[in-house]
This record gives sequence, structure tokens and C-alpha cells, in this order.
Amino acid sequence: MEATRRDLLYTLRHRPASDKLVDNGFRSLVTALAALVGIVLLAIFLVVFWEAREAIHLFGLNFITSTTWNPVEEKFGAFTAIYGTILTSVLALLLAVPLGVGTAIFLTENFIHQKYRTIISNMVELLAAIPSVVLGLWAIFVLEPTIRPVLNVIHNKLGFIPIFSTPANGPGFMPAVLILVVMLLPIITAISRDCLNQVPPDLRQAAYGIGATRWTSIFQVILPAAISGIIGGIMLALGRAMGETMAVTMIIGNSTSFNLSWFAPGNTIAALLANQFGEADGIQVSALMYAALVLMIITFIVNVLAQWIVKRLSLKYD
Amino acid sequence: MTFSSPNFSTTSLHRKPGLLRNRANAAMTAVAATFATIAVLPLIFVIAYVLIKGITVLSPSIFFELPPPPGLDGGGIGNALIGTLVVTLISCVFAVPVGVGGGIYLAEFSQGNKFAEFVRFGTNVLAGVPSIIAGVFIYGLVVSTRVLFGNSYSAVAGGLALAVLMLPTIIKTTDEGLKLVPQELRWGALGVGASTFVTTMKVVLPAAVAPIATGVVLAIARSAGETAPLIFTALFSPFWPEGIFKPLATMSVLIFNFAIMPYEAQITLAWAASFVLVVMILGMNIFARWISGFAQR
Repeated sequence: MEATRRDLLYTLRHRPASDKLVDNGFRSLVTALAALVGIVLLAIFLVVFWEAREAIHLFGLNFITSTTWNPVEEKFGAFTAIYGTILTSVLALLLAVPLGVGTAIFLTENFIHQKYRTIISNMVELLAAIPSVVLGLWAIFVLEPTIRPVLNVIHNKLGFIPIFSTPANGPGFMPAVLILVVMLLPIITAISRDCLNQVPPDLRQAAYGIGATRWTSIFQVILPAAISGIIGGIMLALGRAMGETMAVTMIIGNSTSFNLSWFAPGNTIAALLANQFGEADGIQVSALMYAALVLMIITFIVNVLAQWIVKRLSLKYD
Repeated sequence: MTFSSPNFSTTSLHRKPGLLRNRANAAMTAVAATFATIAVLPLIFVIAYVLIKGITVLSPSIFFELPPPPGLDGGGIGNALIGTLVVTLISCVFAVPVGVGGGIYLAEFSQGNKFAEFVRFGTNVLAGVPSIIAGVFIYGLVVSTRVLFGNSYSAVAGGLALAVLMLPTIIKTTDEGLKLVPQELRWGALGVGASTFVTTMKVVLPAAVAPIATGVVLAIARSAGETAPLIFTALFSPFWPEGIFKPLATMSVLIFNFAIMPYEAQITLAWAASFVLVVMILGMNIFARWISGFAQR
């Protein structure tokens, strides 16, 4: 009796078949779930491309360069929207990058007590959480009426320059650019702050040690060390700006005719989609899908470039 | 041997604020401080305006009534409030299992192979897909084809579009959360004879529950405020929700639709909805921080 029990204790037991089945099943399940990410991504491209095929066939590459958007005659060209997308995001970046990186420097250097830096940092991050539709509402009722007199002063003084050639009468490029700046600031600040925090303190101490002032060491030592990550963050922000829909749709004016002035109503691809998709039918849906495809390809390139920059160009201090 | 004093005067050891470089230094500091102030100002302006405007128009009846027909006064955002909760819940049903499962694969099973690299890349690309594209995609896949039992616009379609946007956040936080779990825990569990499945479900996942929950709450907070994916998937409805396969109102779409209406009552409701949405989302963000702070202790 005693001997058999000891035998049972020390015999090599094999795992039950059900155990292995559960293990393999679980492994396959999570692999399939992970694969779903790739499938969704591919499906997005395929669905948008499939729905756009009619317009691609009809308009070809002229779609990108033509400024006509005429649902009645069924002639469509997205140049106005593509131009608006690029103009608003680039202008917004030009304003948001110095502000965001400057704020990030302010939050990583010891200008003020750590306690206050944490508070400011948290506040900027909370700004990222505010829904864009709420920012759009705020832009319509507060921001746009506030800046309109300023824009009109610029128009009166510098109206001979084509980009200021129309008076500001409400929605237009400029208010859209400003609300984009508000949306991009938290992204650029947060990413730059993280990159600056990762620069080893030895570098800063060495710079101070040889007599550099605070800002000399920031510009010549700390910023160059963190620059790849910051540029990656700026590229991500550019992708976000080009795809941003609600706040821009609500304040840009949604004009389908081309206008060089920054104070005139304009359009972006995302705004065009948000505005016209609901009421469109037939070839217009296909044309809108074509515009969506263009937007996807632009943001895809920008995002992949951002990832590549961060991966390839980061300096390693290990 | 005597110790002679050095040739240069001792005053050179004192900091001279008048030097050009010290002046430039002070100027740059002022510029950075100004930039930081400008960066924080919009947040204060927006939040203050939404809260003040929201409180003045808020009344208990707003939560229980339907929006009024154009031109009439009163009414509320009751249907949109329920709609936002329903759509967000549906998006969680799709996104949380897929996201957590995908994250488990990346952290526990992939061992850094090519497929995992591709999934990580795909996750990053998906995170950069504009939210309106998610709406267009679900429109083409679900709404125009009527695959959901012949229904076109529906709450489920809206939930699916939001799930596409939530997925990358949940996968990333799960992946990163699981990587923080000490390897010894896995070895210990496997060493006492637990299967891989039991190790993952009973030992590793519970140890990483706080970072995963943080990611899920942040993803929910983001999707609750999303509008673009919903305007042509869940659409809008002035009535109470009639089921998950019918169009329904959400707060974000309500704000978008009502903001451009020329009626005072609708604009008031848009501000009320903004107030509720902002309080909800900021609350969730603070809750997420609390969870992650809890985990770090």
C-alpha cells in the first residue's frame, strides 16, 4: 500500500490532453486577435479603395489638381480641400511647434518648483482630453468673434498681399488654424517633454561645468540630443492636424471654391467628408471616398515617416 | 615658498548680469515662460467658458427630456446621454477583448518575431488613422451594405467605428503593462505546474490589471468625445433610442448638429451637452490617473 502511494507521487505525470488543448487554443485565439489589427488596417484601405474605384476610373489623377467641385454636373476635383488640409496643418504647426517645444523646455528645466511644473504639465495633458467638437463650439462662439477685429486690422493694413486680400466675416482658414494650434499644443508639449526628460543629466552637468549658460546648454547640448524624438512628435502632430475633423469643420466655412486668402472660408478633406457624406449619393459618394483615400495615403506617409525618424535617428546614450 | 595671489582680479569670479550672454539668458527664460503661459491659457479659457456657460443652462429636466423641435424652447439631452453610453458600451464590447487579446499575444507569445513586429507597426499606423476615416470605413463596410440584418445606420455601426479608434490604445497599454510584470512570476507559476493559459490568466494578467485598466479608461474617455466616426454611422435621432440596430443620438453629434442651428434653444442644449461631456471625460481622465498612481504604489 505504502509503496504504491510513493510510486504514484514520484511517477512522471503527463499533462492531460485537455490542458494542452486549452493552451494551444488560447495561443491561437490571441494570435488571431493580434492579426485582427492587420486585417482591420488592410480592410480600411480595401473598403475605401473599393468604394472610390468609380471616381478613380472617371477622374484619374486630375482629381488631385482640379478645383471644380460640382455635384450638379457631377464633376469633382479635390485640390481645394487638399490645399486647405496642407495649409491649415502647416500653419498650425508653425505656430504650435515653438509654443509647444518652448513649454516643454520650461517644464523640464528647473525654472520653477517641481510642484508647479507637474501642475502645468497635467493641465496641458488635460487639454488633449477635451473633445474636438467642444473646441469647435468654443471656436464658433468665443474664439472667432474675438479674433475677427484683429484679422480685419491686418486686412486693412496689408490687404494688398493676396493671402490677406479678403475681410474676415466669420468662419475661415485663420480661426481653423488657431483651433488646430490649441489641439496640437498638448501633443507636441507632451512628446517633447518626454524626449527632453530622457536626455541624461550628465550632458547638462558637463555643459554647465565648462561654463555654458543655461540657454547655451539647452540650444547646443540638450535640444540636439532630443531632436529626433521631438521631430517624430511633430510629424505625429502633423498627421493629427491633417486628419482632424470636427473643430475644423465647424469653423473653416466649408467653401468648395478655391480662395488664396487666409481669411476666406475654405475646406479640408476631413471637413469635406464630414459635411457632404450624409447627403451624397451616386458618383459623389465615390468622389468623397477618393478624397478619403487621398487623406489616408497622406497621413499614412506622414505617420510612417514619423516612426522611421524616431527609430532610425534617435541618439542612444546607454 | 609663498603663495602669491593670481594675476586676475577677484571680481571676475562674480556673476555679471550685464554681460550679453547673461542678458540673452534672461530674455530666453522670459520667452519660454511666456510660451508656457500661452500654452496653458486656452485650457483655462475653454474649461472656464464651458463650465460657466454649462452651469447657467443646466437644470435637472435637461437630463430627462428630448430635444425640442426647431423653434420651440425647453427640452433636454436625455436621449443623447443614453445614446453616448450605449455606443461607448458597444465599442468596449468589441475593442476590449480584441485589444487585450492582441496585447497578450505581443507581450507573452510573440518573442519579438516578424509577425509581432508587423502587428506593432500596424497598431502605430492604426493609431494615426484619422477618426473620420474610421467612420467612412464602417460606412462602406456595414452601413451601405446593410449586413446588420438589413439595417443601415445603427448604434452598432457607430460602436464599431469607435472600436477601430480604441483598439490601438488598448493593445499598446496591455502590451506595455504586461511587459512590466516581473519574469519571476511567470517562471514561478510554470514551475509549480501551471499551464501557460492558467499562468497568463491567473498570475500575469491580475498583476498587470492597473495599467490595462488605465489604458481602457483613457480609450473610453477618448471615444466618448469622438464625433467624426459617428456622424454617418450612428447618425442622429430626435427620439429615444429604439434599439441597437437603429440610429440614435449621441452628445457629440448633438453638439455638432445644434451648434450651427440658428435657434437659441438648440445652442443652449449644445452648451449643456458640452458641459456634461467635458465633466465626464475629465472625470474619466482623473480616474485613470488615480488607477495608475494606485499601481505605482
